[in-house]
Amino acid sequence: MKAYRKNPVGAHYGVGDWLLQRLTAVVMALFTVVMFLALVTEAPHGYAAWKAMFSGTLVRLSTMLFLASLLYHAWVGMRDILMDYLKATSVRLTAQSVVGFMLVFYLIWAASILWGR
Amino acid sequence: MSAASTPRPKHYRPYYDLNLAHLPPPGLVSIFHRISGALLFFPILPTLLCFMYLALGSEAGFTRVHEWFAQPLVKAIAFGAVWLYAHHFFAGIRYLLLDLHWGIEKAPARSSALVVFVLGALATLFVAWRLW
Repeated sequence: MKAYRKNPVGAHYGVGDWLLQRLTAVVMALFTVVMFLALVTEAPHGYAAWKAMFSGTLVRLSTMLFLASLLYHAWVGMRDILMDYLKATSVRLTAQSVVGFMLVFYLIWAASILWGR
Repeated sequence: MSAASTPRPKHYRPYYDLNLAHLPPPGLVSIFHRISGALLFFPILPTLLCFMYLALGSEAGFTRVHEWFAQPLVKAIAFGAVWLYAHHFFAGIRYLLLDLHWGIEKAPARSSALVVFVLGALATLFVAWRLW
């Protein structure tokens, strides 16, 4: 009988997640630096100024891009944490589902804040 | 895989050294990166969205958020959150550089870990100075 020689290495989707976590990190870092510099040089004062700032299409879109990156980044990060500490599959999958639903909820909520009213 | 390891003693208990003071700087950066990441996911992000919802929703909501942030306790908590974000930011950049094999040796990795803590503290102090 021939010995089973194939190395069980998995589906490699972890590499994709690893890479995307870094790409999303770069996107968020750029947004952070630009937003930080914008607020330091010219911070909007009062309701009207804040409202005006977040009614610009560029600000809205880049904020959504930031949050979409965050969604994926936080998903990979939280999944890593849960995989490390929650050993029982049922508990881990439940926790991961909760995290996933929360992240999607955050994203929809943010979209409604930025475009809703 | 096939190599049989010595069987564990019957009353084997894994030993976890949970004292953060025993960790070298890169280890501290790592665990704080993890803790800050989890706290940013919850409760910091939903709290921030809550403030955005109120402050961008109506003039009254904006005034309410403005008044909250005038309280010293709220300010202190906010600066705590800023530190968590700043630490996660700088530690993350350090990991990106390490991924590119930049400063991967023990000595530079150790000093870059200290730089992460210094930059995180400086960024927080700067925000505190601007907002207080």
